[in-house]
Amino acid sequence: MDTLIFVVIGLVAGPLLGGFIAGLDRRVTAWFQSRQGPPIMQPFYDVAKLLGKEKMVVNQWQILCAWVYMIAAAVSVALFFAQSDLLLIFFVQAIGAVFLVMGAMAAKSPYSQVGAQRELMQILAYEPVLILVCVGFYMVTGSFSIEAIWQQDMPLLARMPLLYLALGYALTIKLRKSPFDFSTSHHGHQELVKGLLTEYSGPYLALIEIAHWYETVLVLGLCSLFWHTNVVWMAVLLIVTYMLEILVDNTMARMTWRWMLKRVWLIGMGLSVVNLIWLYTG
Amino acid sequence: MFGSFIKKSRAKSPWIIHFDCGSCNGCDIEVLACLTPLYDIERFGIINVGNPKHADVLLVTGTVNHRNKKVLKNIYDQMSEPKAVIAIGACGNTGGVFRECYNVVGGIDKVIPVDVYVPGCPAKPEAIIDGVVVGLGKFAQKVEEAK
Ligand code: SF4
Repeated sequence: MDTLIFVVIGLVAGPLLGGFIAGLDRRVTAWFQSRQGPPIMQPFYDVAKLLGKEKMVVNQWQILCAWVYMIAAAVSVALFFAQSDLLLIFFVQAIGAVFLVMGAMAAKSPYSQVGAQRELMQILAYEPVLILVCVGFYMVTGSFSIEAIWQQDMPLLARMPLLYLALGYALTIKLRKSPFDFSTSHHGHQELVKGLLTEYSGPYLALIEIAHWYETVLVLGLCSLFWHTNVVWMAVLLIVTYMLEILVDNTMARMTWRWMLKRVWLIGMGLSVVNLIWLYTG
Repeated sequence: MFGSFIKKSRAKSPWIIHFDCGSCNGCDIEVLACLTPLYDIERFGIINVGNPKHADVLLVTGTVNHRNKKVLKNIYDQMSEPKAVIAIGACGNTGGVFRECYNVVGGIDKVIPVDVYVPGCPAKPEAIIDGVVVGLGKFAQKVEEAK
């Protein structure tokens, strides 16, 4: 029964929280650029407007893919709130990510095609890091289940600091922030118009936006597990992490996928592996 | 309730696409000036999306000629309803100083329906922002009438 309540909380709070974070993000970014910026509620206005627009699709695949992406993201957040298995959450999320790419590939537009190719590269970069973080949790707690983490009496950050840094890479890629926003950007547009999302429009774009909020909440949730012992410190950790993300977004230029693969695989995976060896021997 | 929220949101989140239809670039620079921190149109939720499929408002600068009238029509057709069109500058409104040229068709309204005309040569950023706001009112009205 408790689990069910948590699942419902997760499903409802996911988009609310995600949209709020997105609004805050735009506000802070505007502040960095000495502008006033849109109201905090702006992402909700955007999505509501998109939901009310005429439905236009290039082909039926896009409808299916947008829905599967949305449902997979929602289910992974629900599983997270239900204290389920990390690997299961990870695979459900990955299915969504792949469907998003398939939908973009289904349209013949070169923008969405190139965007989809780049998104595949991004998936290739961050998924191994996420897996290694899950393995880290396993090495510390002896289980992939989130419940086991809550039974620890020390913040995991103390034992997995390098894995947390590596997770930062995955977070930046998932949030579509510079320097890794080359498949599509969370800003107005980029050199590929809107890359991966160019061909999704109206209500389907709204679904993708909602799914994106769920994913943001999921990855931030993963970050919060690193300081589960104290709610205040958990909040501090999340706020500092997110502020750093915004700072990086505003100070970095967009890089190429080669640059990303090199950085994320060498540094991100390197950090993770060193941390895992440390956990193994320690 | 959700329906009224959608209606309210339309006016609060106009995404624009800017098409240069053969302008002297004077008006284009003024359109882009709206995006700078000085005018900061993102305050009103306006984003320059550059993709007709995502846009609600089409800003057109410059005259239409026989070459690009097809392009203009194509971009207009790719936008999903509800949508609004705003013609910017003397050229966009009527053809301006170029109206007598042999290759010029005239103002934007010769090819697609225009909701708002923003005068000026070039149009001021303030006038462009005003135009977008008036355009939103118009398309809210259009949606009402369509029901
Ligand atoms: S209205 Fe004036 S500034 Fe604008 S495109 Fe025409 S000539 Fe150039």
